[in-house]
Amino acid sequence: MTEVTTLQETPTDSGYAREVLMNLGPQHPSTHGVLRLLLQMDGEIVERIEPHIGLLHRGTEKLFESFTYTQIFPLTDRLDYLCPPSNNLGYALAVEALLEIEAPIRAQYIRVIMAELSRISGHLLITGALPMDVGAMTSLLYTMRDREMVMDLMEMISGVRMHTSFVRVGGVREDLPEGCEERILEFCDIFTHRISDYETLLLNNRIFLARVEHIGNITAEDAIALGLSGPNLRASGVDWDLRRDAPYEIYDRLDFNVITRADGDCYDRWKCRLDEMRESLSMIRQCVDQMPAGDFLVDDPKIAFPVDKDLLAHSMETHIHHFELAAYGFKVPAGEVYQAIEAPKGELGYYLISDGSEKPFRLKVRSPSFVNLQALTERTTNMRYLADVIAMLGSLDPVMGEVDK
Amino acid sequence: MAEAVPLAGVLGRFGSKVTLDESAADMPCLWVPPEALTELCLFLRDSADLQFNFLSDICGVDFHPEEPRFLLVYHLASIPNHWRLRLKCRLGDPPVAPTVTPVWTTANWHERETYDMYGIHFDGHPDLRRIYMWDGFDGFPMRRDFPLRGYKDEMNPLGATRRDDGGRA
Repeated sequence: MTEVTTLQETPTDSGYAREVLMNLGPQHPSTHGVLRLLLQMDGEIVERIEPHIGLLHRGTEKLFESFTYTQIFPLTDRLDYLCPPSNNLGYALAVEALLEIEAPIRAQYIRVIMAELSRISGHLLITGALPMDVGAMTSLLYTMRDREMVMDLMEMISGVRMHTSFVRVGGVREDLPEGCEERILEFCDIFTHRISDYETLLLNNRIFLARVEHIGNITAEDAIALGLSGPNLRASGVDWDLRRDAPYEIYDRLDFNVITRADGDCYDRWKCRLDEMRESLSMIRQCVDQMPAGDFLVDDPKIAFPVDKDLLAHSMETHIHHFELAAYGFKVPAGEVYQAIEAPKGELGYYLISDGSEKPFRLKVRSPSFVNLQALTERTTNMRYLADVIAMLGSLDPVMGEVDK
Repeated sequence: MAEAVPLAGVLGRFGSKVTLDESAADMPCLWVPPEALTELCLFLRDSADLQFNFLSDICGVDFHPEEPRFLLVYHLASIPNHWRLRLKCRLGDPPVAPTVTPVWTTANWHERETYDMYGIHFDGHPDLRRIYMWDGFDGFPMRRDFPLRGYKDEMNPLGATRRDDGGRA
């Protein structure tokens, strides 16, 4: 085993090292997972940050190459495990692009509702966790309480709280259960007030503001060069949202604002997400309002399981297709596609190369957290102290499942 | 992103070195040899008509046992123009490509990942180390001749046994 430590302690004239190496993580509450930061410190001033990632590396991309297209869905769930429907959605869109099919309109609405619900669930974590990281403990208790409501909705829709795997190539697994739309609207009504509660709790909270305002500013040029995306990019004033600028599914039918902020400091990145939750709520309401009745899965026995399960008992042909699909999967025409969606963390891209078989030849995930985390290594203005690193890390909102793939 | 990306200027400037991939369906795609890569990237970023200022992704692909074995795929976006562009660069074995970190800072970790997974060496990269696997790891896991379960050792009793043919399992 070679030496892992790459930063060297430097002895000085006085005989002892003024600069010290400090290890933050991999088990540290403020790293939100298994992230190890190696910090080169001069007293309390941070000279250099070196993230060591890969502690959660599961070789997802290698596994993709030996899984059929349907089997891959659960693997994508485990990328950004706070928002599995978004991950499913991006992957499904990539496969559908190569198959040259489109999900039925109702399925697209269901997918968007779930993606936006999961955006709220993902943003809720940082809304509460960033203040907690910097000393305002209470907020996380409230946001986690409200996140339960989203979890309950997920459970109602898919039967699972976290790893929903609800999206299928060509639609979704099942239709929304009876009474679900009312429950979603009820959630929207309650949650509107809850967002105001967070604002009351935090917007004028001096403990919180002192730690995040004017800390870790990233300029728009730097943000683009660093490849930041999602709220992290928009907080720096770059007006770029794939839901509006490269619409997929039914986002072009929805009316929403793209939230941007000017300063690109920790506070802006946090506030951008808080405001985005309001937009998501409005989008969910519009979706429930506009959603037509109809199919939730394409009617193609070679790609999707039969919607009418009774057919399995009566129709031999359906039975054969079902068996073939379950045992061998379906073939995707040879070709390549890069499908990017606006996931809660930023641009989630799937680059799929198919060789015409049942398994992808190569499926690359452009995970937003991986790219966003890199911003930590850059020298940003106003990030001097160890305490600022915690605020910076929290505001970049990396999810280690996605960073490490 | 409906409008066509005006690539005539690029193709004219680089002559026969850069070619357009006619088969690309979802976005325009350019083939570029490794020696012209940095120059092309700089041009794409700085050209006032194009402004490809955002590097989405760098992806390595292994076509083992075909030759040339490796392929690098760059996905660019032009935020002001809402365009996307794909660059492809074929590499032989051992694979060496120039770094694009001076063009886009974000390439740093993408290139480290590609090096870690495929063993593609990026000339001029400021800090080319493994990023996911540990420093002492032997082999490049995403290569197609690397067994899915890894190689057998004391930590991995279910792994494949190493053989002289590269240990395909």
